[in-house]
Amino acid sequence: MKTREFADKISRSEPGPGDGGNTGSWRVLRPVINLEACIPVKLNKKACFNCWLYCPDCVVSKTIPPVINFDYCKGCGICAEECPAGAISMVDESTPIEEGK
Amino acid sequence: MHIIESGNAAAATGVKLARAQVIAAYPITPQTPLTEKLSEFVESKELDAEYILVESEHSAMAVCIAASTAGTRAFTATSANGLLYMSEQLHWAAGARLPIVMCVPNRGIGAPWTVWNDQQDTISQRDVGWIQIYANDHQQIIDSVIKAFRLAQTVSIPVMVCYDGYLLSHTYMPFDQPDQSKVDSFLPAFVPAHFLDPENPGNFNAITLPDVRPNSDGIAPGYIEIRSNLHEDLRAALDTYIDIDKEFEKEFGRGGNPLVEEYECDDADFVAVCIGSLSYQLRDVIDIMRNDGVKIGVMGVQMYRPFPDKVIVDALSGKKCAIVFEKALSYGNQGALYGDIKSALYNSDKRPFVHNYLLGLGGREIKTQQLLDALTESCTSPETIGDTPRWIGLKL
Amino acid sequence: MENKTTILNLTEDEFVHSGTRACTGCGLSIVYRMGVKALGKDSILVVPPSCLTMLQGIYPVASAKLPSINVTFASTGAAATGVRAAMKALKKDNVNVVAWAGDGGTGDIGIQALSGACERGEDLIYICYDNEAYMNTGVQRSGTTPKGVLTTTTPIVGKLQEKKDIPAIIAAHGIDYVATASAAYPLDLYDKVKKATTLSGTKYIHVHTPCPPGWSFDTRYTIKIGKLAIKTGLFDLYEIENGAFQLTGPSKRLVGKERKPVTDYFNTQGRFKSLDEEMVKTVQDQVDAKWANY
Repeated sequence: MKTREFADKISRSEPGPGDGGNTGSWRVLRPVINLEACIPVKLNKKACFNCWLYCPDCVVSKTIPPVINFDYCKGCGICAEECPAGAISMVDESTPIEEGK
Repeated sequence: MHIIESGNAAAATGVKLARAQVIAAYPITPQTPLTEKLSEFVESKELDAEYILVESEHSAMAVCIAASTAGTRAFTATSANGLLYMSEQLHWAAGARLPIVMCVPNRGIGAPWTVWNDQQDTISQRDVGWIQIYANDHQQIIDSVIKAFRLAQTVSIPVMVCYDGYLLSHTYMPFDQPDQSKVDSFLPAFVPAHFLDPENPGNFNAITLPDVRPNSDGIAPGYIEIRSNLHEDLRAALDTYIDIDKEFEKEFGRGGNPLVEEYECDDADFVAVCIGSLSYQLRDVIDIMRNDGVKIGVMGVQMYRPFPDKVIVDALSGKKCAIVFEKALSYGNQGALYGDIKSALYNSDKRPFVHNYLLGLGGREIKTQQLLDALTESCTSPETIGDTPRWIGLKL
Repeated sequence: MENKTTILNLTEDEFVHSGTRACTGCGLSIVYRMGVKALGKDSILVVPPSCLTMLQGIYPVASAKLPSINVTFASTGAAATGVRAAMKALKKDNVNVVAWAGDGGTGDIGIQALSGACERGEDLIYICYDNEAYMNTGVQRSGTTPKGVLTTTTPIVGKLQEKKDIPAIIAAHGIDYVATASAAYPLDLYDKVKKATTLSGTKYIHVHTPCPPGWSFDTRYTIKIGKLAIKTGLFDLYEIENGAFQLTGPSKRLVGKERKPVTDYFNTQGRFKSLDEEMVKTVQDQVDAKWANY
């Protein structure tokens, strides 16, 4: 008889990030935040955060400025679409990243 | 304490003594008196259990699967089409390694509708990964239920306790009701290795890949490893059940030979083989034939899955003929038990002839004379009867 | 609803890890993220086959930080009942038992088990995310697919039958709380789930959930399109508490105001492209008639 631990006799998953791998690799368009237009940055206080609220993948932080985790950002563009200040643009992944952006 | 009650009441009493914590049931003949009795136990507070009166058998097993995964001792009962309605859930409970116990008073399957006894329901579910125990009388029913809970949680595999509908479920017989305190020491509380726990969250039974996958502890098994492990553990459960039965015998003074029950087999040239209460009816025939000088015995198969092939081969090797009587069949082939026995005997160098008789479907009465005639014929010409299953009692 | 949650006071605690297998722009991902935020740690999820099965992860990785049990397609309501029964037997009273299924798993194959749970008044929260077809298997029509919609099993003419009104069917059981919500209004969804955690008995929340690949629209418009469904009056946000119906939030604010024409919604999605003028007019008339009663 095989003497496996019970944990290996069943399918029981433990919580952890990235079940789908680094889903940032799915991205075709990259969200770039124009900090000069970003409302919480401009006001220098907690405000707006639509990009954080609507993100399906929990990759935008509720911070000033908001920071995007590109390891997992799938590049859907919802943040760009829902930003009331139009501060987020979706740029082609092949575009070089400018310093400071 | 000795009481006289129905087979269903014996089962319900076993469930009460086992202190089932979550029970779910949907009514179907001939299971209903069992669930009614359990309702009585719960409403009168003799049994402290959550009793869910679900809207279907599929849901009954869903309740048991979830309650068992959450860490409680779960029970349900059904028959016939109810069993088949929960069939996908049976596979699920086994694959999830849940120690659920279910009683099945055996009944034939529609169409056409029949409410009477045969064993097509559970025999058709022999490949779902459950342990199947068949009880032959009321004492065995109550004892088997208690032992089943112990076995299920020892090997983490669900167990069906099957007994003939009406013939056992609705007849009254005296049996000993074990003491609660003795049952409590025989059957410790169910302590799961993993359960649905907000303090230690896990996702149970998620999609599992064809191949193994690395995780933090090394390599996580793929689907095939999980399933092969179920099979290996089922095979090992044969020995586990023998040990549990020995312990039961020590505590309660009853037991021995939990896999097959033999009667007059030691010196026999011929052995009748069957599943269920028919084996006790066959004992009368064996007595008659023994009086006439025929060396014949009967073997009742009590654990059908996992299949106790070694025990059966040991018992039947060297005999002239084994005669398999079945109230179920693998349609288009032969009796299921017959096929299993022939397969098990294949490697024996002293294998007997094996005959197959099909009878009793849909509750057709089985007359002692019919059994006597069939056995007499098989014993008279074991080598000429051949492989084709023969029907007993057809009138047209 | 009193004490509405705002973006600023919405908790930053996340119960879903990033990097799930959900499609880009997935409406369910938003619904799930908000729902589990509202449920909190002491919750057990019950999930039948659906996109959520994938979102929750392939063995041995789980995306959610909550305990969850995968169950067979038809059994969600009953399995949740079993979890609750176990919690009662184990005297664990402070756990939310939450069934979470798609529209097919709820209104088609799962309706019997759900109906049973509602009739028994089981203490659970049932969340149905309605993306209006069998998305996980490749966009086949379901009972809740709207009339005229193109799916892979209604590929040319579109679905011939009306959308099945699941929340109304559930409400007919007389359970204490039925609500509708939308992925496009996550705070409203959050508050409704939060409210459900404070109520006993069976709570049912039906969430309209846009699906970019299934509905044929660009991934960036998930919220826009979800909002259009509300603003055209096609899908209404409401609560039924102890039998009393009231529109909520953005739907309530529409009463007596001019709604956007349904074509504004239809034109955003490829799945409506077989609709002809006559059918559009029929739908607009139906919506107008419904709103005349609000």
